[in-house]
Amino acid sequence: MLDKFVTYMAIPLVRYAFIVGVLIALCSSLLGVILVLKRFSYIGDGLSHVAFGAMAIAAVVGLADDMVLTLPITILCAILLLATGSNTKIKGDASIAMISVGALAVGYLLMNLFPTSSNVSGDVCTTLFGSTSILTLKKEEVVLCVVLSILVVVLFIAFYNRIFAVTFDESFSKAVGTKVNACNIFIAVIIAVIIVLAMNLVGSLLVSALIIFPALSSMRVFRSFLSVTIFSALLSVACSSLGLILSILYPVPVGATIVAVDITAFIICMIVGKVTGRG
Amino acid sequence: MALLKCKDLTLGYENIELVKGLDFEVNKGEYLCIVGENGAGKSTLMKTILKLRKPLAGSVIYDDGLKSTEIGYLPQQTIVQKDFPASVYEVVLSGCQSHLGRRLFYNAADKERALSNMKRLGIENLKKHCYRELSGGQQQRILLARALCATESMLLLDEPVSGLDPKVTLEMYDLIRNLNKEGITIIMISHDIQSAVRYSSHILHMGSEIFYGTTEEYQRSDEGKKYLFDNNGGDHNA
Ligand SMILES: Nc1ncnc2c1ncn2[C@@H]1O[C@H](COP(=O)(O)OP(=O)(O)O)[C@@H](O)[C@H]1O
Ligand SMILES: [Mg+2]
Repeated sequence: MLDKFVTYMAIPLVRYAFIVGVLIALCSSLLGVILVLKRFSYIGDGLSHVAFGAMAIAAVVGLADDMVLTLPITILCAILLLATGSNTKIKGDASIAMISVGALAVGYLLMNLFPTSSNVSGDVCTTLFGSTSILTLKKEEVVLCVVLSILVVVLFIAFYNRIFAVTFDESFSKAVGTKVNACNIFIAVIIAVIIVLAMNLVGSLLVSALIIFPALSSMRVFRSFLSVTIFSALLSVACSSLGLILSILYPVPVGATIVAVDITAFIICMIVGKVTGRG
Repeated sequence: MALLKCKDLTLGYENIELVKGLDFEVNKGEYLCIVGENGAGKSTLMKTILKLRKPLAGSVIYDDGLKSTEIGYLPQQTIVQKDFPASVYEVVLSGCQSHLGRRLFYNAADKERALSNMKRLGIENLKKHCYRELSGGQQQRILLARALCATESMLLLDEPVSGLDPKVTLEMYDLIRNLNKEGITIIMISHDIQSAVRYSSHILHMGSEIFYGTTEEYQRSDEGKKYLFDNNGGDHNA
């Protein structure tokens, strides 16, 4: 088994997948903590469907690099949904659901109307659940992912104190002069970037799982913001590593396996939380 | 000179006008209680003072070198906080965010300020505890300590004792009175007219009739007598 693993890891494409998987898991878990606490867990779901719709449009238009279209559209939607916050006319969760279902339907419709390959349902399945083979990442994608991930982690650490303050109590932060709107837009942009990146790995349906599970698990066991954030990041990296290894060793789809591991971890954390009387 | 002056304020939202012609000022060291029925616009007034909202008309003027961002604010509790994993220290320290300026992280002075305000309110032993697992009274003290980190001159408290039991309520009022004696100007929204009259130096009554004056004047005024009587029920003959 170990032999098999080592042999596989010698292949560059497998290494790429590993690097990308771990980095995305790390970034999405950091943001997950904010999203869960801001009661915006659904936004990951909503935005990933937007990204799916944008990808479909990119495919129809015939763009070689769909990131060019997907990223700006997703960022725009993220800002609209997150940054406008509680003042919007349409209630937050309803507008997320609307945009989410709408983008999904339009994307699917486009893919059927203008099929770019003979296997439409296969394509759709890949975009929704991620590639069944993790050996599809190009080197440029890996480099882009590494750069963006490092950027996200650095920015998160740099703005950690402000992120905490704004997430904990927006009106207090506003009252003492913290630039809350700028902070929210900043968070929205980072989230959009992560989601577009993560879609390559786990597909748009499972992105939100990657975002919320580690945060929820960690919140069961830990009680300070710092410890929740750190544990959430560690747990997410561990779970996706395990998921990746499993999908290398056995014929199981990557995205779904990672999420299954995340769910298992969540159940364990829930039990630990109950036993230690913290849940 | 007044720290804060509100001139001919009109408060409201898009198509409703809540109050009109609100005129009052707050001087250094005063203790102003804002009383009135639910929905009278008390919280809205506080948000306007803090520049979280714009008034429909009129103006809020700061004087004596006070800035709106140098006011300590204790908001009515928000839902998010109910299950937020945060340690007491993290919450109190976040009161120093206005001192960050261009810095990214809190410095030794900020940490010292957080610790000394925790001592001041008698919660230094809770430092490592989880905020959400503490009692309502402890949580309010923590939020008060946070507010103190943001100011040395003025506190705005939005119903600081709502949901607290009588004993803890009394402790909270004592704490606030002591802070006032240390020289901090207090503006507090309160439902509890009896305590408002007992502790405050000035009263602002919002509602169909607006009253602003010293607490003694209020007790002698018609609005004051009526409101005090209405909220007294029959339980005052003890
Ligand atoms: N964001 C808002 N938009 C529209 N109306 C609001 C908003 N916030 C409060 N109100 C309304 O303004 C009135 C006064 O609210 P508030 O200032 O919270 O009253 P109080 O604190 O005196 O109980 C209430 O009737 C409330 O429904
Ligand atoms: Mg109120």
